[in-house]
Amino acid sequence: MTPNNKGRAGNGNGGGNGPGSRPAADHCVRVCKAAGCVSAGSEEVFAALSDALKQSGQSVNCEVKGAGCMGLCAAGPLVSVEPEGTWYREVTAEDAPAILNSLGGEIVERLHLPTNTPFFERQERIVLENMGRIDPERLQEYLDADGYAGLNKALTEMGPAEVIDEITQSGLRGRGGGGYSTGLKWGTVAKAVGERKYVVCNADEGDPGAFMDRCILESDPHRVLEGMAIAGYATGASQGYVYIRAEYPLAISRLRSAIRQAEREGYLGNRVCGTPFSFTVEVRLGAGAFVCGEETALIHSIEGQRGTPRSRPPYPAQQGLWGCPTLVNNVETLANIPSIVRKGSAWFASIGTEHSKGTKVFALAGRVNNTGLIEVPMGISLREIIFDIGGGIPGDHTCKGVQTGGPSGGCIPADCLDQPVDYESLAGLGSIMGSGGMIVVDDTSCMVDVAKYFMEFCMSESCGKCVSCRAGTSQLFDLLDKITKGEASEADLALLEELCDLVKHTSLCGLGQSAPNPVLSTLRYFRDEYLSHIVDKECPAGVCSIHRDVEAAV
Amino acid sequence: MSVLQEVKTLTINGREASARGDETILEIAREHGIFVPTLCHLHGLSPVGGCRLCLVEVEGANRLLPACTTRVGEGMVIRTDSDRLKGYRRMILELFLSERNHTCSVCVSNGYCELQSLSRDAGITHVRVPYRYQRYTVDASHELFVADQNRCIMCTRCVRVCEEVEGAHTWDVQGRGIEARLISDMNESWGDSDSCTSCGKCVQVCPTGALSEKGKSVAEMSKRKQFLPYLTLMRDKWK
Ligand SMILES: Cc1cc2nc3c(=O)[nH]c(=O)nc-3n(C[C@H](O)[C@H](O)[C@H](O)COP(=O)(O)O)c2cc1C
Ligand code: FES
Repeated sequence: MTPNNKGRAGNGNGGGNGPGSRPAADHCVRVCKAAGCVSAGSEEVFAALSDALKQSGQSVNCEVKGAGCMGLCAAGPLVSVEPEGTWYREVTAEDAPAILNSLGGEIVERLHLPTNTPFFERQERIVLENMGRIDPERLQEYLDADGYAGLNKALTEMGPAEVIDEITQSGLRGRGGGGYSTGLKWGTVAKAVGERKYVVCNADEGDPGAFMDRCILESDPHRVLEGMAIAGYATGASQGYVYIRAEYPLAISRLRSAIRQAEREGYLGNRVCGTPFSFTVEVRLGAGAFVCGEETALIHSIEGQRGTPRSRPPYPAQQGLWGCPTLVNNVETLANIPSIVRKGSAWFASIGTEHSKGTKVFALAGRVNNTGLIEVPMGISLREIIFDIGGGIPGDHTCKGVQTGGPSGGCIPADCLDQPVDYESLAGLGSIMGSGGMIVVDDTSCMVDVAKYFMEFCMSESCGKCVSCRAGTSQLFDLLDKITKGEASEADLALLEELCDLVKHTSLCGLGQSAPNPVLSTLRYFRDEYLSHIVDKECPAGVCSIHRDVEAAV
Repeated sequence: MSVLQEVKTLTINGREASARGDETILEIAREHGIFVPTLCHLHGLSPVGGCRLCLVEVEGANRLLPACTTRVGEGMVIRTDSDRLKGYRRMILELFLSERNHTCSVCVSNGYCELQSLSRDAGITHVRVPYRYQRYTVDASHELFVADQNRCIMCTRCVRVCEEVEGAHTWDVQGRGIEARLISDMNESWGDSDSCTSCGKCVQVCPTGALSEKGKSVAEMSKRKQFLPYLTLMRDKWK
């Protein structure tokens, strides 16, 4: 990696990002500036480090820089020191002088975060390769890390069909939940007839507890823009939209400034990289409705209509935005593209399992020691994720299962944890890969209560267009509520199963079609917990408050 | 000739049939005298696929497809009357009946209601899920019409006829999920609406007693939908 202006386009006016001729400092202190650490106070740490550096009168040859998400959000604010590769955890503003004084000498032991642990060593980073290593607000740092080399290669050395072929060969599948082959989707849009075509990046991320896409956009926004531009070139689109929820202000501002920088330096806009290809990207804000992540609802929302889905076919690839062929891809899917084009499909296809290639980013949450953002190769087992990377369950509790795919997914019981993480095996277990939410559940949780939580979410996020989802989810929620209160009978359980089947098979869009999944999977693996509530009027985990007088009345 | 106008051959309930490529499964079924229940569909308005009653089985498709929005395809094998579909339709009707208040005996549209007749045909004698009885105030502010959301099934025919045929866009939907409901203009009372032309099309296309004419008492509100095929015919003819 050389910091020459590799791939730099012709019409750049120099911008403000160049490192100039300043020699690199001996040390670089990076402070995580992603939302997790910012909420833990990393802005103050950053200011304190900068002040301390000024006061020290440059006696230490050092730079203080921001960085994207460093992964172990639970231990934030995180600070790293390069080139030593020392990491510090839970740093406060008062620790700034100590860290600066330690440069070149002994590390600050009380803050030290060892990085030779499985949490770091078991991960494999493609999408997150730059996280924590570059400042997301500076294009030059992305360029120094081979940024936009993929776009440059695609534009100057490959034809659109070759790019699509490369993506197809890589075996990349959509990371937004469905797992549809990305190359095939690109090919469909490329073949579709239309004067105008669009590329849409789906950054709606409505899954509760998931924050993969937000982190990618906050930490490495140019990677997503590069992926979109390559997609535009391959499919014949010259306009892109990023649909992002308004609740992500930091990601939005980083994205906007990244677009401005890329346009100024000729990586977006007219004549990208000095070639005849033009591509502009606009940001569209969503109001944070889960259903607006569904691609047809998302398209309605960008068009300025009410965000409700419509029946497919026709798929957006044929008729999308304003009736034109439209490619809708998830943030993480697009973030994989630059690496695949740069390093080749064979490299990508060598990672993962037979039908699931590459890596997957998960937001690890729930009852696990190391919560945070992780990227693992496909095919790793759930057990390795929870016990090696996640560091196991806190306290003396035992793992009961893990929920993947959020409200559309299912709960996988502890005795299936040796199954590999790939699209097919998760589906076989009654769950889905989903967009990357992973919630670990231990014996302090009641599975009926977990199912009820997700059903409440689906009920309040249903758009109300089709009756199965609108009325079905609310009836399902009421039934689950009745069970957790100890008021349900076995007839109610039968009705619950019948309604689940109906909502799954008759709803209009994926929200309703997948809403019963958490109930169905907990019924499959934890039926005894349902029966305890219904027959014995007892909650085995002691979560649900079942009133005894109800029992007396019965 | 456009691809959509090519003739397709298909099988529906075991009978062979032919269709133009731009026809829907519902149109073909009706042409062949096959009854498929519908509530949100109305010929002349854009299809939305919201009531889910018209779902049919298509061989090779991984899920049930709404007949009202699905175009025919070459060699399609369609079933509209399996026991599974009948079971789903029954439960969907029960969900409709459970949502708001459908006490027929005191309804202006008793005897003329599409929800009522479909439920009767499906042999529904009771509803297995609990009634929710959401409560809405009746809007009688319009000089000619009454809107009683307690009878509304969210088919959105009124929204579409007002926007697509009358061009007024007085009606729209507010809120999400079970809270979704109709509003006139910017959630004002109907009588205060500036956009409403008082044409009454919404009232005539409403399948239940949710929209009715003033002065009609119980079981008096029959609807006149004949205007819509006529307008559509004229519109398509002069397009
Ligand atoms: C209710 C619902 C919510 C969804 N939310 C998202 C989302 O937040 N982000 C996303 O990328 N895809 C989401 N999807 C999937 C999209 O519809 C679409 O399949 C995806 O963006 C395609 O991109 P991919 O092929 O790169 O995965 C959602 C789907 C449904 C049914
Ligand atoms: S008529 Fe097809 S869904 Fe209502």
